[in-house]
Amino acid sequence: MAFKKTKVKKTTTSNINEDAKTRLSTISTVHGKNYKTFLTEKYKNRKKWEKPDFRKILSVIPGTVVKIHVKEGQEVKEGDLVMILEAMKMLNKIYCPMDGIVKKIYISDEEKVPKGHLMIELT
Amino acid sequence: MSLKRKILELQKKREQVLQGGGEKAVEKQVAMGKMTARERIITLLDENSFHEYDMFVEHEARDFGMATKVLHGDGVIIGTGTIYGAPICIYAQDFTVAGGSLGLMHARKITKIMDHAMKMRVPIIGINDSGGARIQEGVNSLAGYGEIFYRNTTASGVIPQISVILGPCAGGAVYSPALTDFVFVVDKISKMFITGPEVIKTVLGEEISMEDLGGARVHSEMTGNAHFFAESEIECFDQIKKLIAYIPWNNSKKAQSVGTKEPKVDQYKIDEIVPGNPKEPYDVRDVVRAITDDSDFLEIQELWAANMVIGFGRMDGQTVGFVCNQPLVLAGVLDVDSSDKAARFIRYCDAFNIPIVTLVDLPGYLPGADQEHAGVIRHGAKILYAYSEATVPKITVILRKAYGGGYIAMNSRHLNADFVFAWPGAEIAVMGPEGAANIIFRKEIMEAEDPNKMRKQKVKEYKEKFANPYVAAAKGYVDSVIEPEETRKLLLHAIEGSQDKVDKKPYKKHGIPPF
Repeated sequence: MAFKKTKVKKTTTSNINEDAKTRLSTISTVHGKNYKTFLTEKYKNRKKWEKPDFRKILSVIPGTVVKIHVKEGQEVKEGDLVMILEAMKMLNKIYCPMDGIVKKIYISDEEKVPKGHLMIELT
Repeated sequence: MSLKRKILELQKKREQVLQGGGEKAVEKQVAMGKMTARERIITLLDENSFHEYDMFVEHEARDFGMATKVLHGDGVIIGTGTIYGAPICIYAQDFTVAGGSLGLMHARKITKIMDHAMKMRVPIIGINDSGGARIQEGVNSLAGYGEIFYRNTTASGVIPQISVILGPCAGGAVYSPALTDFVFVVDKISKMFITGPEVIKTVLGEEISMEDLGGARVHSEMTGNAHFFAESEIECFDQIKKLIAYIPWNNSKKAQSVGTKEPKVDQYKIDEIVPGNPKEPYDVRDVVRAITDDSDFLEIQELWAANMVIGFGRMDGQTVGFVCNQPLVLAGVLDVDSSDKAARFIRYCDAFNIPIVTLVDLPGYLPGADQEHAGVIRHGAKILYAYSEATVPKITVILRKAYGGGYIAMNSRHLNADFVFAWPGAEIAVMGPEGAANIIFRKEIMEAEDPNKMRKQKVKEYKEKFANPYVAAAKGYVDSVIEPEETRKLLLHAIEGSQDKVDKKPYKKHGIPPF
């Protein structure tokens, strides 16, 4: 059985509709050349890189604060146990990433925190 | 000319080549805290074992003023030698010669030693320290990279391929290490990226340092490109030597066996490591050390996706690959990165005839929109694929929790494990007691006068009935419920009994793994 030939419309810049045209963006690429191209949603929504700040202890997993072992103003050493975050049926121990003083505690016991939540700040 | 004079001439020629890029360039290299390419090879290999080939190769490009330049050995050293007596093929890019840039002859030398390694079925080690393609050589240098990649892929799973990044390795050059089995990096020396900080600044306006973009720490902690992280080149070479001792020379051999040694049982008491409370974390590596010969364990990708622990140990002198959930990190969940990490390692073990021991203690796959959107379905499938496909001896020990999809994925009987053991504290069930009770007894809990009390009671009921190894043992999914003390004895027994395992899969060119 032969397949029926159908004409495939080529997508070129001349026949794409106006709406699509407006979505064409210019980005400059390697070797200083500029290209007109579609950008993906992922590309447009990308986050700018930020240098990680070890003074901020963020939650690496969504969970519930069980116990905070430090107080504001307390001196802490790298590797000290600062708190316990229950997540995925586990009492996860959160350790201090560096020597310093606890500047501010943003959480309280029993509090539910999402991923990437600022929990404790050090100075 | 007498032969003696000819010998003197040869010696002179050799001496010239041995100077590499000259005094100034060597000084610069040392100032960067780096060893020269020859020093690296000599330090890494057994004493007096290195023989260099293609010393007198000259560069190809003659345009753009290249005709007058002398590039000794075209910026790369190749040869053969041994590590602990194991035959090795090696190449090292010489940054002192034209920045270690890759031209046609440079690439020809690399492909030549790769072909030799393949013919002789011996491991190949590549030391990368190069500015990238030599622009003057044009498309010839691109051809060179491509020919290296092709050989990397052909050799994959046949001979061990090790890449050592001791300097910049940028642009297309990064793909040779990425195609090899193990990548070694050294803090502050190794740099790997596709596009450098300059380009990123012009295109995206983002400012980032080379170290933050593609330094050794980035690749060891964030990207998973690197397998071993070292503080110095010397430490890095020690790691390579240790790895070479653990792996076989090629895929038709088994790793060299060494004499057996009992684990250090005073230091690692196997029945005291895992807490009874399933919510208490512990370091699973202690369990590994409690069962391996001399409590020795070579961990791979220690800093990346640390919720999964992989590495080599020995049992009765024979190399064994360990794949373990790590309750100490992220509760030991399976996620995108840990699945990826375990799957690749399982395939490595399978390719090189290394039995796999899996230690299970995990709550399941990590829930969350970020994981779903990062493709946890696709990545999580890799671990199922790798275990199901592997035909080496596969032994599982369920230490504690084994819930849901995680239970299936971690080399369960259903993926064709050869032996499945469970400790008496094991909880093998479709999901955790809290979640399960809420679903099964939803009506009872909702209608009760005191729902909280009812919930607690039902959770307790569920726990007693299902959170144990005996439901699975009753169906034969677990072969044997064992005391922790018996683990080593049974593993030795299992490995010994599966030396000649035959597991014939249907013919195929190759499968289509989810990558």
